[in-house]
Amino acid sequence: MARIQSLEMRGISKSFLEVKANRDINLSIHAGEILGLLGENGAGKTTLMNILYGLYLPDEGDILVNGEPIRLRGPKDSMRAGIGMIHQHFMLVDKHTVLENIALGFDEAPFFFPHRAIRKKIEQLSDQYGLRINPDKPVWNLSAGEQQRVEIIKALSRNADLLIMDEPTSVLTPQEADELFEILRKMILQGHSVILISHKLEEIMSICDRVMVLRKGCLSGEASIEDVDKGKLAEMMIGRQIAAAYDKADVKPGGTVLDIQDLHVDSDRGLPAVRGLSVQIHSSEILGIAGVSGNGQQELVETITGLRQPLKGSVTMMGQPLKHVNARDAHTLGITHVPEERIKFGIVPNLPLYENSVLKQHRDAPYSSWLRMDYPVIKNHAGDLVNSFQVDTPSVNARMKNLSGGNIQKLILGREISSGPNLLIAAHPTYGLDVGAAEYVRKQIIALRDKGGSVLLVSEDLDELFMVCDRIAVMFEGEFMGELTPDTWTIEKIGLMMAGSHG
Amino acid sequence: MYIELLPREKVSPQQNVLFMAAALIAGLLAVSVVFALNGVNPAVAIFYIFKGSFGSWYGIKETITKGMPLILIGSGLALAYKAKFWNIGAESQLLAGAIFATWTGLNWGPHLPAVVMVPLMFLSAFIGGALWGMVPAVLKIRFGINEVISTLMLNYIAAEFVKFLVVGPWKGASKGGYPYTDDLPASSILPHLSHSRISLLLLFLAVASALILGWLVYKSRFGYEIRVIGENVHAARYSGINFFRTSLLLMAVSGGMAGLAGAGELMSIHHYLSYPDSLSAGYGFTAIIVAWLARLHPSYTIIAGLFFAGIIVGGDAIQVSMGMPIAAVRVFNSIILIFLIMEDFLISHRVRVRRKNHA
Repeated sequence: MARIQSLEMRGISKSFLEVKANRDINLSIHAGEILGLLGENGAGKTTLMNILYGLYLPDEGDILVNGEPIRLRGPKDSMRAGIGMIHQHFMLVDKHTVLENIALGFDEAPFFFPHRAIRKKIEQLSDQYGLRINPDKPVWNLSAGEQQRVEIIKALSRNADLLIMDEPTSVLTPQEADELFEILRKMILQGHSVILISHKLEEIMSICDRVMVLRKGCLSGEASIEDVDKGKLAEMMIGRQIAAAYDKADVKPGGTVLDIQDLHVDSDRGLPAVRGLSVQIHSSEILGIAGVSGNGQQELVETITGLRQPLKGSVTMMGQPLKHVNARDAHTLGITHVPEERIKFGIVPNLPLYENSVLKQHRDAPYSSWLRMDYPVIKNHAGDLVNSFQVDTPSVNARMKNLSGGNIQKLILGREISSGPNLLIAAHPTYGLDVGAAEYVRKQIIALRDKGGSVLLVSEDLDELFMVCDRIAVMFEGEFMGELTPDTWTIEKIGLMMAGSHG
Repeated sequence: MYIELLPREKVSPQQNVLFMAAALIAGLLAVSVVFALNGVNPAVAIFYIFKGSFGSWYGIKETITKGMPLILIGSGLALAYKAKFWNIGAESQLLAGAIFATWTGLNWGPHLPAVVMVPLMFLSAFIGGALWGMVPAVLKIRFGINEVISTLMLNYIAAEFVKFLVVGPWKGASKGGYPYTDDLPASSILPHLSHSRISLLLLFLAVASALILGWLVYKSRFGYEIRVIGENVHAARYSGINFFRTSLLLMAVSGGMAGLAGAGELMSIHHYLSYPDSLSAGYGFTAIIVAWLARLHPSYTIIAGLFFAGIIVGGDAIQVSMGMPIAAVRVFNSIILIFLIMEDFLISHRVRVRRKNHA
């Protein structure tokens, strides 16, 4: 097959059940070009790239390579067409050496002494693109940057002309990121092309030739990099209009409920994720946290809910400090949590709904005494939740995994809210839900506030924050860039803060 | 043409029985082929097997005798497996129980009446098994050591320790140089039903604890946390379940149950501590299968344990009555087991054979 001179996706649409992930998207890229693909989580970037990598078939639309339509039925088809993808989480065998990993799926190796041929190929590629690597090191011994180089060599050894990179710098140190960009520049000089999925605006600005922005499954903007700046990109990402706020009861925020002072938290990789953050939340108040994901929101939420150890600083709930890294302690202090990954953390899919309706509260009266679970009471409680939070289920005995995403979220939210007005930490509570369920969830959050509860709402959906919040803080690289209230917030201000300038 | 496996959503009790029966019949047919190839009339052999296990008073009594330790251990294993804690060390937890019970019996038995001694023996055996079972729990939670490896290795340590005891410090003065401890005093011995080796007390203990453990898993707070851990560790962390305490407790119960089985064998059958393989006959491993046959429901191990004991006893019967070698008996046991395991898979999955389609 000839090298990819140009690749075009025309009118691509794809939906999953009720959610339209991609709607009529056009994309084109030429040899020697780096295209940035920008958008919030759930904007449809990954779906679009998975279509290009052959993992999904589009519902509608065509893909053309050098003007010829092709069908991509699986990653093998894509590889044969010269498309390679490097996932955010590397697909390498840890215990194997670099050479062995590259050997996987390397078809050109001869039957006898394949090592020799592969070693030669690795040397040739690393000379050509400056990809320094020791082929005999086991992968678990390598830094994230080196592992990424292995992935790049792997893709190049399969003759990838177009490289899709999914948030490549999210696991790298700044130096490693610079090295990566050096490599990418060498590659495009030699006729390759790169699609770079990223959240980071400055990254897009510094390396891409062109940028495409997706928003809610649609193409919301496309431009040459000379024609835009960071503020404009942020605006393209988040839309132009401030959504109208929902009706809220006219209550003033009361006393301080949660008090965070000078909080420092590291991420799983040991890099600073939250840096010296201080904030208060009051009763009858919804504080929204805006920001591009990966700027420390997850670590902040995990610390408040007792799932992560802070390095420094204090979390105080109604005057009581959160002492231990234990979700039970946070629960006892009245902190409830609608987790970001609701299926992974929020429910036990194989247990019936009624047992899921008391997860975490299962140690409290009246649901259990020290030994016995009171299942009649629990089933009643589950029935109440199902009714008052409109959970669509055949019965409270249904296994949780048989419920739809929206109904799972309604149950989790109901479970967390029903214990009374206190502090609710909601992380991306409407992510992936259909419009009706999302609206329902938002109204419940407002109802909690109207009753005197306080809410910390982390969301990437700015519309949602405008509709629901009393106050919005914008988080960037582990710090708050500033706080905005309904009379001061504008798209421009938020956009600039999301891109890293202080408000 | 290709084969498609789909998970079954619901299995009715009738389906359960039907599948079990079908698996048994298929297993017996396969066994028949093996028997026939060896020049044994399969019909006769199978007749003797059933006569020896469920088809005669003697057979039934032997089946119950061998069923009791399987129920005790199997129900404890089912509890641990519900939390996905893979305890392969019941054999050594049984031995630890027997060691503790022997010590209690030899030292206190001469001074105390049976009313005190019997509960005391069981209690010390439970504690022995529990302590031995908690070792791998600590290793797993504190140091991340895989419990399959640690429980398996602890089996060897316990077995060698028993050997050391019976040839060394605990070697009985009355045993003429044999590697046995002295006989336990009469107050520490469980009486049998006449013409059998069944202790009613032990039978009651086995059935009652299997039922209690069933309640524990499905109706108690402890059981709820066990099942949450087993089904979704992330949700367990999110809901603040204390892994260390729960794992320690569940392994104490699981090991303690095996310890009870050790005490039962000691007090009812052997009356003294001897070499590990004569004390247990591999009950700790057989009970793993029993727990799975019971679909990890502790109470169902009553049925599964008796059923499996029947297979063992039936195998022993043809060894005696038809003069078949021990290897043939093992082949019989294993083939039946393989078919039962296949049944376990087939009842949870639908198999559909489809012609290759060109989608």
